[in-house]
Amino acid sequence: MRRPIPLVFFFSLLLASCAPVNLNAPMPDFSSGVDSNSWASVPAGEFLIGQFEEEATTDAYQIMVTDVTTAQYAAFLNEALAAGEVTLETNQVNGYYPGDVFRGVKHEERIDPGDKLYIPLDDPSQRVRYDGVTFSPQPGYEDHPMTMVSWFGARGYCEFYGYRLPTEVEWEKAARGTDGRPFPWGEDILRENANFYASRDPYEDMTSYGSRTTPVGFYNGRTYNGYTTIDSPSPYGLYDMAGNVWQWTGDVYEGMHYRFLRGGSKDTYEMDLRAWARNNATPTYVSPGVGFRCARDER
Amino acid sequence: MQFFKDRLNYLFGSTKGRILVAIAMIAMTTGLWGMLSGPMAEMGVRDFVVRLLGMKMLPVEREGRIIILYHSIAMAVIAIETYMVTGLIRMKAFYRTASNVLITIGYMLAMVFGLAFAYFGHNWAFHGLYIAGLTLIFFAGVLLTIGLWPWDKAWYQPDRQYATTRSGLDLERVAFFATALTTVISALFGAIPGSFYGNGFQTFLAENIIRYPEKTTMQYSIIGHLHIMLALIAIMITLIIGRWLNFKGRLHKLAMPLMILGTVVLNLGVWGVVTPLEPIAHMIIYVGATPSMLAALFLLIWSWGKLVRDGTAHLARPTFFQKLRALLADPLKVGPTWQMLFMNFTTSGIGIFMAVRLDEIFRVWPAREERIELTGHWHVLSAIIATIILFYYGDMIGLKGRLRQLYGWGLIILSDIAFAAVTIFEMKRLFISEATQQPLVNALMYAMDGGLGLLLLLLAIVMVWRLTDLFRKKGRWSEEKDHELSQEVNP
Repeated sequence: MRRPIPLVFFFSLLLASCAPVNLNAPMPDFSSGVDSNSWASVPAGEFLIGQFEEEATTDAYQIMVTDVTTAQYAAFLNEALAAGEVTLETNQVNGYYPGDVFRGVKHEERIDPGDKLYIPLDDPSQRVRYDGVTFSPQPGYEDHPMTMVSWFGARGYCEFYGYRLPTEVEWEKAARGTDGRPFPWGEDILRENANFYASRDPYEDMTSYGSRTTPVGFYNGRTYNGYTTIDSPSPYGLYDMAGNVWQWTGDVYEGMHYRFLRGGSKDTYEMDLRAWARNNATPTYVSPGVGFRCARDER
Repeated sequence: MQFFKDRLNYLFGSTKGRILVAIAMIAMTTGLWGMLSGPMAEMGVRDFVVRLLGMKMLPVEREGRIIILYHSIAMAVIAIETYMVTGLIRMKAFYRTASNVLITIGYMLAMVFGLAFAYFGHNWAFHGLYIAGLTLIFFAGVLLTIGLWPWDKAWYQPDRQYATTRSGLDLERVAFFATALTTVISALFGAIPGSFYGNGFQTFLAENIIRYPEKTTMQYSIIGHLHIMLALIAIMITLIIGRWLNFKGRLHKLAMPLMILGTVVLNLGVWGVVTPLEPIAHMIIYVGATPSMLAALFLLIWSWGKLVRDGTAHLARPTFFQKLRALLADPLKVGPTWQMLFMNFTTSGIGIFMAVRLDEIFRVWPAREERIELTGHWHVLSAIIATIILFYYGDMIGLKGRLRQLYGWGLIILSDIAFAAVTIFEMKRLFISEATQQPLVNALMYAMDGGLGLLLLLLAIVMVWRLTDLFRKKGRWSEEKDHELSQEVNP
């Protein structure tokens, strides 16, 4: 009490931290030129999985080169709504999920069949708008990854088109190839490789809204108004397999209701961008830092 | 030559000198390695330090590096506590000398070669020396435990103001003994899986596997180990502070049996996680933690009462504000127990809240949010223990007058600002969304790192003073070299 200055400073800082954040602040309008409709083929065979490089095997499969974009998801919602595959409830879009087997393991929560949250519509971070008739991407966010989407919503998208969410094993192989590298592009990470916390990309302002998503495929070696990126695809040509948004994976594990996320995001430090790093959340969780991409069997 | 001999004799031959060396080692490690994480990392400081020092930080080795880093720091903290115990508690000279010598060599080997191995390339000789250091510390712990054996008539407590049995068995000594013994046993719960996971680089951080429904015995063992070791370090510092303040009387008689009971039951609960008792282990832990915390509360009540009584003894009818003034007159005396109280807001309270509302709140958030909780939780607890050591150290080196006030209040205010900020940071999802959190996060980061940074600066000033003091012929060091902590226990 005898030294009030630090306390005054502390409370001033806290007050300053109450400044409102403009979630629709202007942002650069860059296009990466990477086709979000393209797919990469991953051959069957062994690869090194996990931090300590154990051997694992996959069949051949295909996986999207980029995350699903906001524009793609809005288009899906329009088609799915027309087809009766999704329903509108107050301020959210739902879709049917057949449920999981419940084993009553400690902390496990029951997931029964029924309509589940795909996306909330009333969250200010939601970049898909609904005007009462159609869904559309928020201008400027068309080719940014779809975020604020639950695991159910991610799965619903993939299944609607006959795809599926990649398993964790598939996801990791697609991210790091077969040589055990920690990052999709190699051994080390620089700020120009990926969108992560305080990576100083043109979409970021750490004094106000913090980190924002970059358009899919942004880190492809192009220079955007003076900001030069390093071309950072995975060995199979996928972009954004580290950073930008966490990606839902498809596994449903016995005895737990959590769904696993991979890849790290714009909001995490480099350590979470390592190919083996895992995150998990309840399947209804939505976040401006979570998106997804789909996989399909090799045709 | 005599110049160096005298200084080395002080630094490694006296209790206060050994504590000074260990604090300096921790301060340097914390200062340097603190620059490798946020927000220094995003400011580019980390990259600069890594390049400057030629560190080799492979992404795959991060978890192993971190484990070696905090073991290095923890070993020095354990050494400090050992020095304090051997300085405060009567024991045979052999056990005092042997445990001090072994733990000094041990923590230095572990710290220097552990960090060299973890951060500067894998020289396997360094790894061997790191393990040798840990082994010596373990052996020092065994000797300390033997030295603290309480059932020897020579150590019985004749003064009935202290907690004793009817025959005079010193229950405070039993509490020290129980803590030392269980620490040695609990170390095995880390050592065995440590060996199992190989060279320390095939292991994991417990906070990364929290949600997996099935864990192996070795994983449980590590989770138990990290929890109990920190708890035991906290219990030991509580006992040390009690001894320093000369805790006695009715509350002492209540506190010591509770402390013994709490320590033993807490350990049984934690050890139970690797047995079929695992499903009820948490319940046993709660049962054990409660008496330990109650004992700490009794120390707080007693010490605050004593500070008020001593500070108002000259007043016939002291007012509330006079009592408050007496309580706050000496920040080094009120600081340790205040930090124990503050811990309930930043650590224990949060922990209980998390346990009670785990599935409803915390496990609705993604695992990475829960990880922030957990890491924040034990970082704050560790730092609180560190500040409590520094309060005692400030008194030990004889800080007086304005300097004592500045040092003491600096410790309290700066650390508590940082701890409060960490607590808000941990809990931020309760009241702010991810999308709008950045200004709050920035402010909290400034508060955390500003608080801890200034605290480290304060410590650095003390360390520089102690360094320059060593160059003086009749410096403070020359007075301290023959002082023993037991001589300076409060009357």
